[in-house]
Amino acid sequence: MSSGSALARNPAESARLASEVRLSVEQVSYAYSANPTQAPLFTVEATSFQARRGEIVAILGPNASGKSTLLKLISGALAPLSGRILLNGFVIHTLTPRTRAQRIAVVQQESPLLFPARAWEFVLQGRHAHGHSLRFESEEDVLIANNALAQVGAAELSDRWMDQISGGEKQRVILARALAQQPLLLLLDEPTLHLDIAAQIGLLDALRRLAAENRYTVVVVTHELNLAAEYADQVVLMQRGRCLRVGPPANIYQRELLEQVFQTPLSVEFGSSGRPRVTVLPGT
Amino acid sequence: MRPLTLRRLLLQCSMLAVILFVVVVIALKFGAVPVSLYALGRDLLRVVFGQSSQISSDYGLIVVNIRLPRILLGITVGASLSVAGTSFQALLRNPLADPYVLGVSMGASLGSILALIAEPHLTISPLFAALLTPLGAFLGAAATITAVYFLGRREGQIDSATLLLGGVIISSFLSAIIMFLMNTLSGNLRGLSFWLMGDLSTPLQKSAYWFLGIGFLLATGAIYTTAADLNMLLAGEKEAMHLGVDVPRVRLVVYIAASVLTGLAVSVSGAIGYVGLIVPHVMRFIFGSDHRTLLPTAALGGAIALVFADTLARTVVAPTEVSVGAVTAVVGAPLFIYLLRRRLP
Repeated sequence: MSSGSALARNPAESARLASEVRLSVEQVSYAYSANPTQAPLFTVEATSFQARRGEIVAILGPNASGKSTLLKLISGALAPLSGRILLNGFVIHTLTPRTRAQRIAVVQQESPLLFPARAWEFVLQGRHAHGHSLRFESEEDVLIANNALAQVGAAELSDRWMDQISGGEKQRVILARALAQQPLLLLLDEPTLHLDIAAQIGLLDALRRLAAENRYTVVVVTHELNLAAEYADQVVLMQRGRCLRVGPPANIYQRELLEQVFQTPLSVEFGSSGRPRVTVLPGT
Repeated sequence: MRPLTLRRLLLQCSMLAVILFVVVVIALKFGAVPVSLYALGRDLLRVVFGQSSQISSDYGLIVVNIRLPRILLGITVGASLSVAGTSFQALLRNPLADPYVLGVSMGASLGSILALIAEPHLTISPLFAALLTPLGAFLGAAATITAVYFLGRREGQIDSATLLLGGVIISSFLSAIIMFLMNTLSGNLRGLSFWLMGDLSTPLQKSAYWFLGIGFLLATGAIYTTAADLNMLLAGEKEAMHLGVDVPRVRLVVYIAASVLTGLAVSVSGAIGYVGLIVPHVMRFIFGSDHRTLLPTAALGGAIALVFADTLARTVVAPTEVSVGAVTAVVGAPLFIYLLRRRLP
């Protein structure tokens, strides 16, 4: 995916490659303070990276590194203080919520529903931005929602109540709702947080498959070093609101750098796949 | 997957409409003066065909001139409070929200009273003077929901318990002011129990029924345009925004429309409690929590509940009456406690 630079000498080829860039974060910064006289509570300093179709980008960093804020900026929930974020050439935070929802799907840390709903009702909500607000769901919407459930292997959950399924199942239904939005860009905030290891792998395998099949651009926020190493095409390494490095995991995963960012002794090995593996060394 | 269709929605609504019709017939028949079903049907047909002058018996006059207007009032007020309650519950993400619990009804009561006090001192046309009370009620309702909303917000999030407590405190503060005004001022302010408990016994002028009905339809229609958005809001404002909901617009439309509904209801019937709390829960239990179904069924259910409660209020201790608000509170408060124990962690 990053092998295009050698071909970029050909102007037609470089234009094609430029059009492949779907998400472009350009010198984006942000500062939030509860009141103007106080020092900002959290900041993101100028950050830039690009992501293409079908690419998985991991925003990696310890707690309070600004990675969730960066994701909110990309989702359009926050407007950047400076710089801009383009999705297919459109500035994201100036789009209406409806247009944004047609192009960007966000999977957040699960929030409880006020009143019980069935999984299929939940997934159909992903079609909201594509219809008129008063229209009843069409057969096409139902087809898309059913497909989305099948794609994440949750077809059998369709008739279950959302508050009566396990955390891993719920996460898959939430992902299905995001797929039902048929987005260009899929954003996930700590999607593996409350999942056991099998469910984590299942979810990330599904993500990789979906990114390849549907050509989604996926941006996922995580602090799980090894999951990012295993699944991401690009890693954006954050620390205390600063973006330290952007690049493929093999370039980012250097022992000294990660030890300094995560404040813990660790070792980095490269397996046969060429992807790095991190082992945290406790008690040293 | 069984997505909502127009056919199913209409079926559910017509079921409730049949129940409402039965309740209305019961309400027409029973009261301090008994009326036979035959006489009732005959007189109603005469009203429908514009031959009211042929209704000769005193019984017929009681039914047509006293009970029927009161039932129409009950239908509109019950539907208004129930739709307002449904909207508040979704928007504030709180299953215990309703106009009465949040103090919005008390705000509307105080607004109405202030309008009634101000009216003789203003030189305005009679038409506008008639609108002054509902306008005052609307402003009182809108001001109260704004205050409660900001009281219930902590660090940008609405806190359920703080919100309800804020509503209860504001409600008791406002009712204290109402009592103070009623005790110090005299004049045509109706009774204290009317404003604090609510009743449907005060007849209105004919034009007021039209005003009430049209206001109800406009405000409910406005809320209905956001029905699908309210479904997304059940998972929170951020989630709703990411699904394409224009949250600030929905919030504005629904708060204004729900304040209009509460204001209209309170200006003609006082602060009747618990209808807007209990009815949406019952309808949600029967028909599910999709607001495209819930809003119209809650409107019909609210009408059924209040007409039924008012019939009880008229007949239980006949020939005297109790406030309909006392009936709804006796039934509603225990249900509120049940919901409180079940829902709040």
